[in-house]
Parts: sequence; structure tokens; C-alpha cells
Amino acid sequence: MDPDTDIGGAQQRFPVTNQSAIAAARSDDHVTRERAFATILNSYWKPAYKYIRLKWQANNEDAKDLTQGFFANAFEKNHFAKYDARKASFQTFLRTCLDGFVANQRKAGQRLKRGGDVNHFQLDFISAEDEIAMQAANVDPNNLSPEDYFHREWVRWMFTMAVNTLRVRCETAGRKVHFQLFEAYDLGDQDVSYSSLAQTFGLDQATVNNYLAATRRDFRRIVLEKLREITATDEEFRTEARSLLGVELK
Amino acid sequence: MKWLPDSKVSHLRAIAAEPDFSATKYTFVKELARGGMGTVYLADDTELNRQVAIKVLSTPELTEDLRRRMVREAQIIARLEHPGIVPVHDVGVLPDGRIFYAMKFVRGVRLDEYAANTESIKDRLRKFQSVCDAMAFAHAHGVIHRDLKPQNIMIGSFGEVLVLDWGVAKILQGDQSVASEADTLMLPPRGSNKAGDTAHGTVIGTRQYMSPEQARGEIGQLDERADIYSLGAVLYFLLTNQAPSEARPRSLNPKVTKPAEAVCLKAMAQDRSQRYAGAAELSADVGRLLDAAPVAAYRENVLEKVSRWVGKNRFLVLLVLAYLLMRIFFIFSSRG
Repeated sequence: MDPDTDIGGAQQRFPVTNQSAIAAARSDDHVTRERAFATILNSYWKPAYKYIRLKWQANNEDAKDLTQGFFANAFEKNHFAKYDARKASFQTFLRTCLDGFVANQRKAGQRLKRGGDVNHFQLDFISAEDEIAMQAANVDPNNLSPEDYFHREWVRWMFTMAVNTLRVRCETAGRKVHFQLFEAYDLGDQDVSYSSLAQTFGLDQATVNNYLAATRRDFRRIVLEKLREITATDEEFRTEARSLLGVELK
Repeated sequence: MKWLPDSKVSHLRAIAAEPDFSATKYTFVKELARGGMGTVYLADDTELNRQVAIKVLSTPELTEDLRRRMVREAQIIARLEHPGIVPVHDVGVLPDGRIFYAMKFVRGVRLDEYAANTESIKDRLRKFQSVCDAMAFAHAHGVIHRDLKPQNIMIGSFGEVLVLDWGVAKILQGDQSVASEADTLMLPPRGSNKAGDTAHGTVIGTRQYMSPEQARGEIGQLDERADIYSLGAVLYFLLTNQAPSEARPRSLNPKVTKPAEAVCLKAMAQDRSQRYAGAAELSADVGRLLDAAPVAAYRENVLEKVSRWVGKNRFLVLLVLAYLLMRIFFIFSSRG
């Protein structure tokens, strides 16, 4: 499995849940809190890392330490349980906490030294660095405010995770071809037609149409599941759905 | 994990926002348009083997009472048989709770697109009169549209005028006194009326084309005159090429005549008792404008009457003038 999704480590200590991780972060049960934390970490570490690199102009090693340190500190002190959905979205809350943490670290002269007391999560910083390099080649992130950049990267990360979950689910359910069609038609670099896909995969065009429609539906459900996990209330879920998809949901 | 460039993120965002028609007889084809009230998609009707336009409403709540009422209203609207009305074929609820309406898929241009390519105010007024006629028919059957605007009016391939999007129409007869929570209007914040907006909390209407009573959320008070206001707002757009604002039409386009401005402003009166009582009355005044006849909305002075008469009978006036000049010429030449 790709290390990016394997936050809980090889033993899958932190299986994800479809319930709100934000709400679960307040649980008295340690295991429930751990799971909730893993979901939040999984959903936010990469945008957080990139944000630190951009806004705080941190080099990659410092950004790694600050990302690890921020989440470790938040977990130890159960910061996420303090989130109040009435005041702001969770994304804004997390970003504000992150700013506070980095500012404090900078003020204290970077006392969080590499290899110090920080709990190390298995985070694929190399892929994050590759993405920053690819982005720099395509779009100048300096054209965005750091807040907008954080949001944009969070959206990108949400969809990246959703695609990966879709791939895993399709493979598990014996629907590998479904994902391959989705990958070729919706994620591929080249424009392909249904008829060329039908030819490539040895299917008729109606089947390609049906498989793609079903896979897209699954993708949509996964995106909404992920959104549900990282929002605290129904209202916040709807707000984030509007922001992410531009639709109102019941 | 593969990095997704911005173009792919946008594409996936669109996919994730696609409606789930799996529990219906429709299959998704593509998105056609997106507005404050919802998004319109092109879909295949697999039972009747035809293409339809499906509007998925942006609505935050759906109670059983609202669902029943909407289905019943859709049934009534579907019975509106008029060449200028594109009725609702079907209504339903998607698995995520959003309401959808299936309508005939019309090929043509929207009224705002038509206006962009049509300079002649007379041609525009003729199309507008057809809209009034369609609305007069709907009003006669107790149906008000509630979301009239240039984007909801199409000019078909044969020049026919079609009023679209009856998805939020209201039946006046029968349940006028019934007020439900679903009737409460929630409007987009001011300044968010761009066509591409998906405004938070929007249920019914588009602010710039909406009557004051509708904007105030007085749903129980709405009647045909709310549509008359919107028709006036559409006329304002046709006269000025701009969405309605505080400015008088003649200040934006000097070619607009005083009677045309008066017709527009009468339809858009803040006090609904000052508006035209019905779309037929408005249509009649527009017909008079086209015929250069005096309109009910404007009282002319003598000079204007003469000027209009001269304008209308220009050929006759020229003929008389030519005759008089000839007589004068002959009189003087015979004296010489």
C-alpha cells in the first residue's frame, strides 16, 4: 500500500472511520481519540507541510520537524478536542493553531530540534516535496494568499486520498477494470473517447458508460465520506461540501 | 500516489458534484449551466429514449410535506400546455436529498444571448410580448413562475419564445393560505448574483429580477404581480442591456422612448398595486408601443401626441408637405 495512506503504520493501528473524527477527538476513550487523530493527521499533514514551506519560508527539514511537532503536540495535548464549530471551520481552526505553533517555535529559537522528542509519524515528505516542485513548474503559489494556498492544497489532497481509496475499494471488490477505466478517462493526461476505451478494454461502449458512471458515483460517495469524517457538525459538513463541490446537500 | 494537477482537481470536483441519477430513469450526460438556484444537466431519459434537461435544486432542507407539495405542483405545471411554456416532465429526489426536475431539452439561445446579437428594440419587444403572453396563460391557470429572468427565457431554433425553469413555480389556487417552513425565502447575500454563483441558502428567486415582496420573503403574499415585476425587470434588461438597477432606463440608453420607459417602470413599481394587474395588460401596452399607439402607462402632452402621430404617419406627412410645397411653388411661379 502507498505509504501516504498508511499513517497508522504497517499494522494499521488507526483504521479510518466514517464518523466525524472531530467529534471523536473529544472522546474519553483513548483508542477512539487515537483513531480520530489519525484521520485528522491523514487529512491535513500534507497541506500543513506545504503551508509551512510557503508561508513560513521554512526549509524542507525544518518544515518536516514543524509538521511532525505540530501534530505530535496537538495529539499529546488533545488540541483538536477544543475545536468549536460555531466559531470557524475546522480547517481554519487547524491552520490558526498551526500558525500559533510555528510562531512559538520560531520565537523559542527552534527548540524543536531534529530527532528530538517528537513522535515521528510515517509521513511521505518526499512526495510532498516533489509536488511542491511540480507546482512551482506549473503555477506560482506566490500568486495565492497562504490561506488560499492551504485550502487549495487541502482540496487537492482530499481528492488524491479519495482516488486512492477508490482504487483500493475497486481492487478489493474485484472491479479493477472499473478503476482502470476511471483512471484512463478521468485522470489520464490524454483525451480518450468511450469508443477507444471500449476497444482497449474489450468491452462494448454501453458497458464502458455504465462502469464509468458507477465508478464516478463511488468516487462521489468516498469524497463525501471523507468530508464527513473531518467535519464536526452537519452544518459544517454542508458548508464544506458547498466549498468543495459547489452543491448543497441535505 | 499520483499528484493531481489543478486541471484534474477541477475535473474531479465536477465529477464529485455530479448528481447521482442511479435511482432514476435518467443517465447523466453533461452539465449545461450553473446558477444560484441550482445546476442544469443534460441527461438521457432511458425509458423514452430522448434527451432532457434536469435541474437539480440547491436546497438545504426537504421535509416530507415539501416533497409532496412539490410533486403535486410539478404535476399541475406539467399540464400547462402552451407553445411558450416548457413544462416540467418529472420531479424527484436524489439519494443525497436534492430535488430535481426534468424538463424538455430546448435547443436555442437564451434571451440575454439573443439581445447581445439583436440591436433592434422593436425585435426585442416582440419577443418580450411573447413572454408576456406565455405568462398570461400561466397566470390564467393559477401558476406563477417566481424566477423570471433573461437566462430562463429561450429563443428556439424557429424564433419561438419559450419560458423555462418552472421548477420553483407556485400554484396560487387551492393552497394559497397554506404557509409551511419551506415557503420561507432565504436569499443570497447582496452582490452575489453572478450567473456562476451557487449562493448559500438560496431557495427561490434571483434578486435583481425579483419583486420587493419576494425579496422580503413575503411568500404568502405573492401573486401574479410578483411575476409582473420580474417581467418589467426583463424589459429593463432588453431596453438597456443591463440588469435592473436604480438608474432609469433612458439614462442608460437614450434611444429608449418615454412611453417604453414608463411601461417598464410601471411593471417594476415598488408598490404592487401600482403595477399592471396582469401579464395580458402588460402585453397589450407592449403591443401599443410596437404600434406607436398611446400606452396606458404614460400620459402624453400635446406636443408628444403630435410628434408620435407624425412619427407614425411619416409618409403621409411627407406627402402633405410635398403637396404644400408644390402649391406654394405654383402660386409664386404663377405670380411671377
